[in-house]
Amino acid sequence: MLIKTVIRQGEYYDSVKLMIATKELSEFEGIKEAAILMGTDLNKEVLKRTGLLTPESESAAPEDLIIAISSESQEAIDKALDAVDGLLNKHDSGDDESEYRPKSFDSAMKIMPGLNFCIISVPGKYAKREAMKALKNDMHVLLFSDNVTKEEELELKTYARDNGLLLMGPDCGTAMINNVPLGFANKIRKGNIGLVGAAGTGMQEVMVLVHKLGGGISQAIGTGGRDLSVEIGGITMLQGIEALNEDDDTKVIVVISKPPAEEISDKMLSYIKEKVEKPVVINFIGGDKKKVEAIGKVGATTLEEAAVEAVKLAEASLSSSFNIETDEEIKAIAKREAKLIKPEQKYLRGLYSGGTLCYESMLVLRDYIGDVYSNTPLNNKMKLEDATKTVGNCCIDYGDDQFTVGRAHPMIDTTLREEEFMKEIEKDDVAVIIMDVVIGYGTHKDPAGVFAKRIKQAKQKLEQKGKHVPIICYVCGTDEDPQNWTEQKSKLEEAGAIVVNTNAKASQLAGMIINEL
Amino acid sequence: MKKVNDIFGKELKVLNIGLEQFYEDLKSQDIKAVQMDWRPPAGGDSEAADLLAALLG
Repeated sequence: MLIKTVIRQGEYYDSVKLMIATKELSEFEGIKEAAILMGTDLNKEVLKRTGLLTPESESAAPEDLIIAISSESQEAIDKALDAVDGLLNKHDSGDDESEYRPKSFDSAMKIMPGLNFCIISVPGKYAKREAMKALKNDMHVLLFSDNVTKEEELELKTYARDNGLLLMGPDCGTAMINNVPLGFANKIRKGNIGLVGAAGTGMQEVMVLVHKLGGGISQAIGTGGRDLSVEIGGITMLQGIEALNEDDDTKVIVVISKPPAEEISDKMLSYIKEKVEKPVVINFIGGDKKKVEAIGKVGATTLEEAAVEAVKLAEASLSSSFNIETDEEIKAIAKREAKLIKPEQKYLRGLYSGGTLCYESMLVLRDYIGDVYSNTPLNNKMKLEDATKTVGNCCIDYGDDQFTVGRAHPMIDTTLREEEFMKEIEKDDVAVIIMDVVIGYGTHKDPAGVFAKRIKQAKQKLEQKGKHVPIICYVCGTDEDPQNWTEQKSKLEEAGAIVVNTNAKASQLAGMIINEL
Repeated sequence: MKKVNDIFGKELKVLNIGLEQFYEDLKSQDIKAVQMDWRPPAGGDSEAADLLAALLG
């Protein structure tokens, strides 16, 4: 076996770009293993595991680019090496490769005067500095990066608030400002419903359902998951609610978050009670609905319910082509599927890419089968020691930090979830599988295509064993998204998956099937 | 004082620092965007870079 290592000093590419180029290079004819990565210690571990580590790559610095390829054939290696630059410099937008990219804020402002928004997704330890520079240059910020400390977050948010700017994040996956989708986001109709949320895929789910139900979104402000902690005190959420309250184009406000600390939840509710006359729908996912109703606003238990209530209050025209399945319809499917399942099949496995979608599913499932095991459980007693080893009824969030170190988010890189899905299919005690497929900007170009292929393979394996495992999928997205929701849904259905119209309904169906066994 | 609402209804002009996919997505929708040529500062040592930034004002 030949191993070729090329080190390029000081050449930098982002992790998603490197992941995509690595994948494409690995598929070249005659190539056994390939990796294009930055020379960090973590990446050297990856090289070690795949047998690609050489003395050259071992001595590379974190700011050096490593290209490592193994093959039986020198010719295959040469061909692959020739292709590397083409793969790394491919631009989806068809931009001229020579297009000028500024190295500093000053030169960026010269190229495009009036820059008013900044998206930051550099590694966490560098993120605060870039975010502060953006704020000082009078830009609102979407801080996508994670691994930013609470102290840094507080400093950034305090500066932003004092200067009339938004600091959305850290770890903020989605936002929509002036109808422009930012980060992981879907293409949504413009309308009169404004959103503030501390839950990325939770916001996406509400926006997507509002759109399909005939409504539209004025603004969607992400806060980052820690905004409602005691230390941060909901700085961005309060700014967001205030801004939407004063915005003439926003008629209804929707607030979404996992249950905040009690004192922060009380602070939010009393602010809304005193200052906001507009209708407000609040979904503290799994939180107390009565507290919301006590201040004269609308409480919602699921993301689906939040979307339905918001559309009603916004008096948007309900679309006739989109229907959320009724409880009776879901029950009928559950009865039909349960009959096909063998007695030794007992458990459900939820394989999620969206953190809030996973969280919501566990809440819905609680009503049917009680608490389930997870790497991000509702109840700490149900925490899995090792999230790669599933037991009992179980929902895994593959977007959780432990799975994204040195690897792109599962909404971009489907490999890990594909592997885990195929493993679950082989297990004798698995009765039902649920998977979310999140589409839109920033995500994989054809996730349903990838999973449809896997589902077909799984169905063949099951057929050979004379077994049936219902595979329930939910596609979060719209027909205006680049991947097209209807097409993605059809691909999964054609492969034999049961596709339902909301995340809550997918989990309800899975819970009902388990109950029928 | 400047308010958050000032951005509402204005044309977005976006500076993207990091994952190029976000820049590509904006360009594909004809949103005005600039991609920063960003790389880890000063040999990856963030403390040294902070110090340098402070020295340079």
